[in-house]
Amino acid sequence: MEVIAVKELSKRYSSRDGSVHALQEINFKVSEGEFIAVVGPSGCGKSTLLKILAGILPPSNGEVRLRGTSITGPRRDIGVVFQSPVLFPWRSVLDNVLLPVDVQRLGRDGHLKVAMDLLSLVGLDGFERRYPWELSGGMQQRVAITRALIHDPAILLMDEPFGALDAMTREQMNLELQRIWLERRKTVIFITHSISEAVFLADRVLVMTPRPGCIMDDVQVKIPRPRALEAMNFPEFAPYVHSIRGRFNAKGMIDA
Amino acid sequence: MKGFWNVALTILLFCSSILAWELIVRAFEIPTFIFPAPSKVAMALWRGFASGLYQKHLYYTLLETVLGFLLGSALGFFLGTAVALNRYVEYFFYPYIVMFQSLPKVALAPLIVVWFGLGLKSQVINTALVAFFPLLVNTMVGLRSADEDRMNLMRSLAASENQIFWMLRLPNALPFVMAGLDVAMIFALIGAIVAEFVGARAGLGMLIQSMNFNMDVSGQFSVLLILSIVGLLLNRCILLIRRRVLFWDPSEKERLERERIAL
Repeated sequence: MEVIAVKELSKRYSSRDGSVHALQEINFKVSEGEFIAVVGPSGCGKSTLLKILAGILPPSNGEVRLRGTSITGPRRDIGVVFQSPVLFPWRSVLDNVLLPVDVQRLGRDGHLKVAMDLLSLVGLDGFERRYPWELSGGMQQRVAITRALIHDPAILLMDEPFGALDAMTREQMNLELQRIWLERRKTVIFITHSISEAVFLADRVLVMTPRPGCIMDDVQVKIPRPRALEAMNFPEFAPYVHSIRGRFNAKGMIDA
Repeated sequence: MKGFWNVALTILLFCSSILAWELIVRAFEIPTFIFPAPSKVAMALWRGFASGLYQKHLYYTLLETVLGFLLGSALGFFLGTAVALNRYVEYFFYPYIVMFQSLPKVALAPLIVVWFGLGLKSQVINTALVAFFPLLVNTMVGLRSADEDRMNLMRSLAASENQIFWMLRLPNALPFVMAGLDVAMIFALIGAIVAEFVGARAGLGMLIQSMNFNMDVSGQFSVLLILSIVGLLLNRCILLIRRRVLFWDPSEKERLERERIAL
């Protein structure tokens, strides 16, 4: 069953020197429990796409359906992880995780155990009373992931969530995310500009090109899970990366 | 051990400068009505407190300052919130607010005495006027400074404007509001003293003026001493509140760190 159906989606921004075509006729479908990565160079409209999916930006044309209903504004069944953790420094880790519960008045009592379970799933047991500034960048992003999962959304949107982390932490977080995903099987749309990250994580990689932003390729990644970091050195890994990179090069873009 | 030496050195420096002051005044026979020796100031201080005169005026000035501070900062906070949240309020009122802000508020003190008399009311109003602006401006800036990512997060959760205000904008504005309170407290004391200069029945400012007429310069020095200590203590009060409220603010932690070094 499909969770997300994007149909003929376009987005134009009007600026001083005419209108910018950020997205043009995007079409794709996402099935329940699928991990989708959207990869493309900066400025290809990935973040615009995500904002439309999150309901915080209206599309110019076309529509996005989430479990059959059209996304017209912010919804309660979507969890978003941004590039920066976006934690509130005046809230403790637990309170940050419970933010969606507070906003949507779901009842703290019923979600306290869920929050603790999720925190332990992302490896943050014992940190619930800490404050964001006491955590490292990677830990903060784990809190952000926990927060995005707390209200059990139909879909998890991730906008270059590990882009601000150092390379080592980033690999670690990729492994962690895969583990969390294998355990929860949430539908994920993961935006990145790293081809190898996309191939490592995703069931399907959507390749985007800029001006106007459109989906040029839809690559099924058939590497068995769980994938270890060493999988990146395996012969079956390279062709995916190579063919995606080839797509960008053909378009005259230096690799992203 | 280093802390001990620092404290000892501070005390030594203080005592020796007081001693030098005393000796210079005596050696050059400077008349008391020009520049009194510390011993004369201490005596004036003692007499003032022993007779109960200073307590009475101190209480009055403190009352004006605190009431004016509370009134002015509350008004500043609410108006700042209204301006920050409502474009119409901003459009119609802000030009006047800016005009009024560039006016030295103490220049209004004589008018306020004409309108409200010599009583407490008039001094509180004057104090409130002076304490009002730091809060207004800081609240406005603070409420508008919410980071775009945080706004997007709240929007993606389908938060109402009300929730965005209470859960994001307001806590986010607190460092600004507290900085405003810091300034407003000092301004309030200035406002109160100026109001008393212009016309009042009691208060340390009025006391300074009447001492001035009587050429009681050591008395004036002793009141100035009290005022500086009052200012310091009021400032400390705000600082204590600030530390409690802003325990999460990185700039607050930096401040703590600096103060620890200074001590």
